[in-house]
Amino acid sequence: MGNIIRNRQIVADDWTALPDEAPLPSSGRIVVSLKRWREVRDAAKTGDASIGVRIPNTEDVIALWPEISDRPLIAVEFPAFGDGRAFSQAALLRTRLGFKGEIRAVGDVMRDQIYYMDRCGIDAIVPRADQDLQVCLTAFKDFAVPYQTAADGQPPVWARRRAG
Amino acid sequence: MYRYDEYDQRLVDERVAQFRDQTQRHLAGKLTADEFRPLRLRNGLYIQRFAPMLRISIPYGLLSTRQVCKLAHIARTYDKGYGHFTTRQNIQFNWPALERVPDILAELASVQMHAIQTSGNCIRNITADHLAGVARDELVDPRPYCELTRQWATFHPEFSWLPRKFKIAFSATANDRAATMIHDIGVYIVRNAQGELGYSIHVGGGLGRTPILAYQIREFLPEADLFSYLEAVLRVYNRLGRRDNIHKARIKILVKDVGQVKFTELVEAEWAQLRGDPRLTLRREDLERMKAHFTPHAYDAGAARDTSFAKALAGDSAFAAFVKRNVKDHRVPGHKIVWVSLKAPGVAPGDCTAGQMDALAELMERHSFGEIRVAHDQNLVLADVPQKDVYAVWQRLRELGLATPNIGLLTDLICCPGLDFCSLANAGSIGVAQDIMDRFGDLDYLYDVGDIKIKMSGCMNGCGHHSVGHIGILGVDKHGEEWYQVTLGGSSEEDASLGDRTGPSFDRERIVDAVDTIIKVYLEQRAGVDETFLQTYRRVGMKPFKERLYPEKTAQREAVEA
Repeated sequence: MGNIIRNRQIVADDWTALPDEAPLPSSGRIVVSLKRWREVRDAAKTGDASIGVRIPNTEDVIALWPEISDRPLIAVEFPAFGDGRAFSQAALLRTRLGFKGEIRAVGDVMRDQIYYMDRCGIDAIVPRADQDLQVCLTAFKDFAVPYQTAADGQPPVWARRRAG
Repeated sequence: MYRYDEYDQRLVDERVAQFRDQTQRHLAGKLTADEFRPLRLRNGLYIQRFAPMLRISIPYGLLSTRQVCKLAHIARTYDKGYGHFTTRQNIQFNWPALERVPDILAELASVQMHAIQTSGNCIRNITADHLAGVARDELVDPRPYCELTRQWATFHPEFSWLPRKFKIAFSATANDRAATMIHDIGVYIVRNAQGELGYSIHVGGGLGRTPILAYQIREFLPEADLFSYLEAVLRVYNRLGRRDNIHKARIKILVKDVGQVKFTELVEAEWAQLRGDPRLTLRREDLERMKAHFTPHAYDAGAARDTSFAKALAGDSAFAAFVKRNVKDHRVPGHKIVWVSLKAPGVAPGDCTAGQMDALAELMERHSFGEIRVAHDQNLVLADVPQKDVYAVWQRLRELGLATPNIGLLTDLICCPGLDFCSLANAGSIGVAQDIMDRFGDLDYLYDVGDIKIKMSGCMNGCGHHSVGHIGILGVDKHGEEWYQVTLGGSSEEDASLGDRTGPSFDRERIVDAVDTIIKVYLEQRAGVDETFLQTYRRVGMKPFKERLYPEKTAQREAVEA
C-alpha cells in the first residue's frame, strides 16, 4: 500500500485502484473506472465493498451527478500535467453539487499543481511515483493569502480589504 | 497609480521563492525540460534562439519612476543594455541567463513588479487604453477594473491550466485604443439606457493563424457582476476548449465550433448559477477603494495661462512638427499628452536602452507626476505634462533619439522581434521594418500620406498584429527563404476588421517596393487629402492595388479577355 496526501498530510492509501478486467471484490475499498461502475452498479449494491469512481476529465459532472452522487470517493484525472479540465470538475463537485466525499487527483500529478488542486476542493492527491511526498507537502504553503475565492471558500482579497 | 498592500507584496515575494525553487529543481535535474517548460512560461521565461527571453508584466501599461529605473538597472545588469516594449504593454529582455532569472524577479518584486502569467496557458496581462484617466472621450477610468481583474486572475486555481493563453482587455471610450476586439475577452465599460454603469462583453477574438474578431456575448452586464461572468466564460472554456491541437485551442475556435448562439447559451446557463454569489460580487466600497488608487493628479489650475508653449510652437518648426504628431490635448486645460516615439530610424520598433530609460525616469519624475504608459503600438506616453514643460521635454527627448515626430504615421509601425530573436519566427521582421523606415524617411511625404498603421509579424502567431494592420505584413518561410504576405484594410479599433490578402507573397527584395506601390496607389486613389488610407481602401477595394502589385497577372488577364 503506497502513501498519498490526504487533508495535507502523508497517509497510507487505504483505497485500491481496480483494473477494469479484475474481478470485483466483495469487500474492501476500491476505485473503479466510470465504465466499470456502470457495469457493476447494480451488483455492487448487495456487496460490502466501498466503491469509488474515477471519471474521465471530459465528463460533465453535472450531467453525471445522478450516477455518482452517493459515492464515497470520486477520482478526477490529470492525463497530462498541463491538462486542467479536472480543476473545473472538482470545483463544480464541491461548490455546485455539494459533494462531501473524497475528491482525489490521479494521473500526471506533480508538486507544482498541488496548490491549485487544494484550492479547487481536491482533498486527496496521488502524486506521480517519482514525486517526493515531503516536497509535495510544501506546495500547500506556496501562497499564504489568495486573491480570489474558490472551492476552498476563502474570501477574495477585496473582501479582506473591506474588513481592514 | 496602484500601490501594493501587504497582500500584494507577500504574493509576489512568495512567487519569487517558488520560482527560485523550481529553477533550482530544474538545474538539479529534478524537473525535466518538459516539466519545467510550463512552469517557466507562466513566469514569462522562454528559451529563445540565442538565450532565454524574459517577459515582464506591466499591468495596463502603467509604470512609475522607480519601476522604470529598475527596468534600466535590469537591462544593464542582466541583459545587453536594452529592453523591448511589446504590443501587450509588457517589456521583454532578450538576453538574461536562466539561473539569474530568480534574482531578476526579486529585483522586480522590490518595486512592485513581476512576470506572473506573462506567458503560458493562463490569463495574461490585463491591458487597457494607454490614455486611461486622461482621455477626453472616456466614460470612466478603466484601470481600477483592470487592477481588480488582474488580482482575480492571478493564480486563479481553476483557470491556471487552460487549453491555451487567454487575454483580456478593457476599453471605456468610443475610440477603441486597446484593440479590444482581438482579445479572448474584450470588455467595453458602458452605461445602459437607465444610466447604470456596466460592461458590454465580447468573447472569442484573437490573431494568430485563425484571426477572428470577438462577438458580443452580452450587451450589458451590471458593474457588480464582472467576476461571476468572467468565471462563467472561463469555466465553459476550461471544460470544453480543445486540448488536442495547440492551433485549435484558443477560445475563438471553441466559439466557432459550437457556434455563437450555443456558446452564449452555455455561458449564460453557467452564469445563472454563479450570479449573485457574494464572494464573486463587487460591492460599491470595493470599487471605491480601488478607484482611490487612480484619482486625478494635483494638476496646476493655472497651467493654461502659460504662453511659452504657443511661442515655441510659432518659433521652432522642428518643435511644431513634433507637436503636430506626438502631442495631444489633455482633458485638463494647460496640460498635454506627449508621445515618446520608440520608432526611430535604425532602431527595432519598441526597443529602449537602459540610458534612455534612466533619462525617461528623470523626465517623468520632473514633468509628468512620476508616471509613464506603454502603448500597445510600442511607444511610450508621458500623459500629464504641463504645457509650459513640453518644449523642454521635447529637447531632452530629441537628445535621446526619442522624439521622432512620426506617431500614427507610416514609420510608426508595429513589429515583433522576428527571426532575429524568436524561435517561432519564419522570417525576419526588424530588417524589413528598418528598410521601410529608410525608404520613407522624408517627413513631408509621411505627413502627406497621413494616418496609417503598418503591422508586421514574423510568423502566423501574429505578435505583430499583422491581421489588423491597415497594411499587414506576415513573414512566411518558402523553401528556406523569407517571403512576405501582404494584407490591406485591417483595423483593431472600434471599426475593427481583418485585412484582405493582396495575392501571392513578395520576397525580401520586393517587399518594401510593394509597400511603396501600395502607398502610391493610395495617393492616386484618395478622394482628398483628408481621406485616410483605410477609408480609401474601404471605398475603392482591392482591385486598384492588385493591378499595380501584380502587373504581370493583370496583363495576362487582359490578354485573355482581349
